[in-house]
Amino acid sequence: MTFLWILVGLACLGLSAVVLGWLFRFPLVALTRGELRRAMRGAPLMASFGMLVILIYAAVALLAPVLAPYAEREVIGAQYLPWGEGHLLGTDNLGRDMLTRLIYGARNTVGIALATTALAFSIGALLGLWAAAVGGWVDTVLSRIVDALMAIPALIFSLLLLTIFGTSIINMILVIAAIDSTRVFRLSRSVAQGIVVMDYIEAARLRGETMWRLITREILPNAMAPLVAEFGLRFCFVFLMISSLSFLGLGIKPPTADWGSMVRENATLISYGDITPLLPAGAIALLTVAVNFVVDWQLHRASGLKD
Amino acid sequence: MSELWMMIGKRLLYGLLTLFIVSVIIFGASEMLPGDQAQALLGQSATPETLAALREQLGLNDPAPVRYWNWLAGAMSGDFGISTSNQRPIADLISGRLYNTMFLALYAATLAVPLSLVLGLLAALWRNSIFDRVANASALTSISFPEFFVAYILIVWLAQGGHFTSLARIRENTTFVQRLDMTFLPALTLTLVVTAHMMRMTRAAIINLMASPYIEMARLKGLSPLRVVLRHALPNALAPIITVVALNLAYLITGVVAVEVVFTYPGLGQLMVNSVADRDMPVVQAISLIFASAYVLLNLLADVLSTLSNPRLRHRR
Repeated sequence: MTFLWILVGLACLGLSAVVLGWLFRFPLVALTRGELRRAMRGAPLMASFGMLVILIYAAVALLAPVLAPYAEREVIGAQYLPWGEGHLLGTDNLGRDMLTRLIYGARNTVGIALATTALAFSIGALLGLWAAAVGGWVDTVLSRIVDALMAIPALIFSLLLLTIFGTSIINMILVIAAIDSTRVFRLSRSVAQGIVVMDYIEAARLRGETMWRLITREILPNAMAPLVAEFGLRFCFVFLMISSLSFLGLGIKPPTADWGSMVRENATLISYGDITPLLPAGAIALLTVAVNFVVDWQLHRASGLKD
Repeated sequence: MSELWMMIGKRLLYGLLTLFIVSVIIFGASEMLPGDQAQALLGQSATPETLAALREQLGLNDPAPVRYWNWLAGAMSGDFGISTSNQRPIADLISGRLYNTMFLALYAATLAVPLSLVLGLLAALWRNSIFDRVANASALTSISFPEFFVAYILIVWLAQGGHFTSLARIRENTTFVQRLDMTFLPALTLTLVVTAHMMRMTRAAIINLMASPYIEMARLKGLSPLRVVLRHALPNALAPIITVVALNLAYLITGVVAVEVVFTYPGLGQLMVNSVADRDMPVVQAISLIFASAYVLLNLLADVLSTLSNPRLRHRR
């Protein structure tokens, strides 16, 4: 019987996502022009639902101090209060407002994940494009190093590195960015290898353009489309990794509000049948789903598949 | 035929080389630590004399290549050294947990592999139907879930309903059937996490093949769709499917870490997380080596198997 109810619930969730996606497509089409508008009109409902979710997260993250009823670290009552007046989603293990921490979590968790992904991309993409443009032994050495580093599973490698450098937010960002940049390197190198054999690169070389200009002005703009899609996928990966590390107590630490560690701190509630600790976990899942839907659509569009 | 064995031999050599490099990286990582193992074992208050004596005893004065060799030779024979946080031999800490982790991963694999292959086949067979769309959307959704979210949902739903236990209390006298029952929820969590990816890849591999002319021919001969998929498409889709199965089994190895913590399952992942928090370097190194070797070996296995399953690779000149 419970199983049936869960199925009905899931179907309702899916249906409301589709309806929201359908509704959100109207403002998307109305507010865009030209090429972008045509793309929006053909966007699958799940993709437009994804864009709506991403927009809401961005708004919540930016407006966190305005939206949150209390301050991030303010203790407002007894610990583990149930849902009610004044503390809509109850309080956590130290008596802080759950809703407030959820809202600030959007800022902290997503912000840190974005910064890490951006760092991983600037290292990985630049090195990858450089390796492809220079070629020769630089390319061989860099590729072999990356191959060796990629032979170790990412989570295991990051745990190993965190043992060495100690667990702190800065260390975690650097470690994950370093590990992830190897994956970005692989992709950007293989994309750039198709570009460096083009005639206009040859012409640019003969013109005597510097390596920096060659990479940033000639190669990068043409490698942008696959890199942008990869950015979305990498963001999901980094976001889940940071949340997992925080959940394991090795990432973002209290008192900073963060979704992964919120699940960890309040996990005891679950054994009493209270689902509040699932909310931050659900917030993580929803954003990753949304980004995945949008990336899936973009990849489909870029590959020109029309099935 | 001998060319084939040459090729497999080459892959094996390459795999061994990868294993060697991985072990060097894991060993080299500890060289970047300030202080050494003797300092970590004795603490800050140790006198210079006792430190020097312990260093001599542990062989820490040898040059790095010699220490690396001793560490690797020890690891091969099951001796990983001594934990710095509780001074016990690491082999004792690991042995039972290694079995538990392997058990959980295998359990999850036996659930996940048949399930995802069947779902992938059906999705390819009924392409663009409601079943295909729902399966695809839910696969994409469950890929995006953190493992601990899936685990807690299962706890709230199944454990609180009284169907299964959420704590795996494994003792010496636990029977095999009891063990299967106790570890059902962690295994199910891992299954849900890896099934989605395997299913999508199976579907993609088969759909790719369905567009080729010989399938068209088989269809025009009037064969049933099931026979076309099973007899004509599947054998040629084996290579990508084997690869994705092996990759996901390798993924299970890392996925196991968070799941073990949620269910307080006494496995390697849980020990590793605790050791990272204590900065117990020898233990982390030992477990990293085990996990990384399993990962490399599974990838190697996938490589060899997909070579064997592909006639074109088998008879290449």
